[in-house]
Amino acid sequence: MATDTKSSPLGPGFDVPGSEIRYREAFNKTLFDELRRDPDVFIMGEDVAGGAGREHLGIIDSWGGAFAATKGLIQEFGAERIRDTPISEAGFVGAAIGAALTGSRPVVDLMYFDFITVAWDQLLSNAAKNRYMFGGQGKVPLTLFARSGVAAGYSAQHSQNFYSIVAHIPGLKCVVPSDAYTCRGLLAAAIRDDDPVIVCNHKKLINMSSFVPDESYTIELGKGRYVRRGSDVTLVGMSYTTEVCRVAAELLAEQGIDAEIVDMLSLSPIDEDIVLESVTKTNRIVIVDEDTPRCNMATDIAALVADKAFDSLDAPIKRVTGPHTPVPYSKPLEDAFVPSPEDVVATTVALMGR
Amino acid sequence: MEITPEKLRWIYTTMYRIRRFEEVLLEQTVLGKSMGVAHTSDGEEAGPTGICAHLTDADWIGSTHRGHGHCIAKGVDTAGMMAEIFGKYTGLCKGKGGSMHIADFAKGMLGANGIVGAGIPLAVGAALSAKLKGNGTVGVSFFGDGATGEGTIHESMNLASVWKLPVIFVCENNHYAESTPVEYAVSVPDIADRAAGYSMPGVVVDGMDVFAVYDAAGEAIARARAGEGPTFLELKTYRYHGHYHADDPHTYRLPEEEELWKARDPLPNFERRVIEQDLMDEVELERIRNEIDQEIQDAVAFAEESPLPPIDELYTDVYTNYSNSVRGLR
Ligand SMILES: Cc1ncc(C[n+]2csc(CCOP(=O)(O)OP(=O)(O)O)c2C)c(N)n1
Ligand SMILES: [Mg+2]
Repeated sequence: MATDTKSSPLGPGFDVPGSEIRYREAFNKTLFDELRRDPDVFIMGEDVAGGAGREHLGIIDSWGGAFAATKGLIQEFGAERIRDTPISEAGFVGAAIGAALTGSRPVVDLMYFDFITVAWDQLLSNAAKNRYMFGGQGKVPLTLFARSGVAAGYSAQHSQNFYSIVAHIPGLKCVVPSDAYTCRGLLAAAIRDDDPVIVCNHKKLINMSSFVPDESYTIELGKGRYVRRGSDVTLVGMSYTTEVCRVAAELLAEQGIDAEIVDMLSLSPIDEDIVLESVTKTNRIVIVDEDTPRCNMATDIAALVADKAFDSLDAPIKRVTGPHTPVPYSKPLEDAFVPSPEDVVATTVALMGR
Repeated sequence: MEITPEKLRWIYTTMYRIRRFEEVLLEQTVLGKSMGVAHTSDGEEAGPTGICAHLTDADWIGSTHRGHGHCIAKGVDTAGMMAEIFGKYTGLCKGKGGSMHIADFAKGMLGANGIVGAGIPLAVGAALSAKLKGNGTVGVSFFGDGATGEGTIHESMNLASVWKLPVIFVCENNHYAESTPVEYAVSVPDIADRAAGYSMPGVVVDGMDVFAVYDAAGEAIARARAGEGPTFLELKTYRYHGHYHADDPHTYRLPEEEELWKARDPLPNFERRVIEQDLMDEVELERIRNEIDQEIQDAVAFAEESPLPPIDELYTDVYTNYSNSVRGLR
């Protein structure tokens, strides 16, 4: 069953059997679905099962991935398909690309999004370019997922949102689910897609719950959604900032400001139409991105609006982002780094006066 | 190798300081006092201690996510470390780094590193500086068994070998990388065997025995200082706790195995040796332990009482100078 997100402006009608589950459970469920559905799908990454090679000691599935994303898989699918790796990101991501080029459908757990830099050359030079430079002969049905974003003292080297860097590269796709429902649909779509897709799981979303249908479904790559309809201003969220926008919209409503929220869901391809449709209606836009400000997605979306919807704007395009700094450790500094609902409210209120 | 009485005392003090720091830190982390994850190194004290016993503040070490022992052995202040982990302004890095990012340049400690394998080339670079400046200092790179899966170690060993750099590669083989056993992830029984591929001596060392580490390190560091190039030391050791504070190691290793290693604990091992050989007595050992217990207790109090960093610290130290505001859109 493919749920049509367009059937309701707020996403699916949810007139189907399902339940409230956590993001991490939705993720795990989807991996089970896809591994059952297609024997070419396999998973690899560090400690995706854990305690590798110790089944003879009664040790199996000891970690199940960094956020239990892969828990239980080895028990059904075995160690060949649920493959623990040495700490060799360049090696195993490169091998995943090679496997993808030769008929497999690898799903790679990179644990933290920051580690993508260790495998970057493989993604950039091989995954992104193979099909193009060899004249369309091959394809790279690779899915790569990792935890991203600022949370809980993970500090400078484990907190980054590199989706803008991924989105910058022709040949790579990138999705940013914002809750359990979109996580399941986007992950399934990513795994079934024939191009390399990077899936960003924000740490703050992983333990949050939302309604998820029992049956498997996909959400089309490159399509955003409305999570709130409104008429005064468009708030654009991606990954966890969609949640920030939801809270901000409630606070704005108390002040009589009716915000619409566009949840991007995909950053490459990106849904230009939904942004333009919304801003053409509200005439004001605030884009919220946890990433650092220079050359980030907020900047990209702002440029899109400036190019294609300039005439409908009643006020300047505003971006609410992290500062141009690494992510600090100490809690008060970390809190100050991230765009908060209050930051979004302050920016929006100032904008409404114009 | 000859050890002076002062050095012996330093060795015991250092090993016990690491042990106590880690134990207390774990307690404090469970109490929620650390603002992030803590990777502890108790069980592995003999390695950094036996190595750093030969170093001065002018020598550089590169470290890992499990870096508290390296810091302490290099002489880094435990109160400043505790405050850093508590996210306080008095921390060694102003509370901006945390457990995985403690550095103290004044002590020749180039920094813990949250990216596995990323610290290795830094120690090679320190050795390159030493060679270019001809100042007789060395670079020491600490890394785990798991890190030997990364390309950086292979590239670094080759570089150090072809340039004959004064660097010591110290692999702390604690037999696990997170939950992954070394025998699953590493293609050779002894990681030191890989040194041959880079034309440098590779030595397997009992990492639970500080005297063995001291001897092997003494030789390697002397070689480096004499301009004879790099050495690879593999210290066979064990981390007593989980990968990080909330990890239960019994999901991937057996209690029997832990008992075997704990029977070889570097501290009682040392105590037995020095008492047998009449080098130190129990009274002195106990005095050292009491002093350190107090020091670590004071470190916790210092960290508790210290102020949080002011919010403006978010915007400092990004560059040495920069003509735009790093506040971005703020
Ligand atoms: C590039 C990179 N990959 C993965 C990780 C996640 N990670 C942190 S520590 C660790 C295990 C390291 O094992 P080892 O090198 O043996 O050091 P130990 O933890 O045993 O001291 C892993 C996989 C990381 N921090 N960086
Ligand atoms: Mg290890």
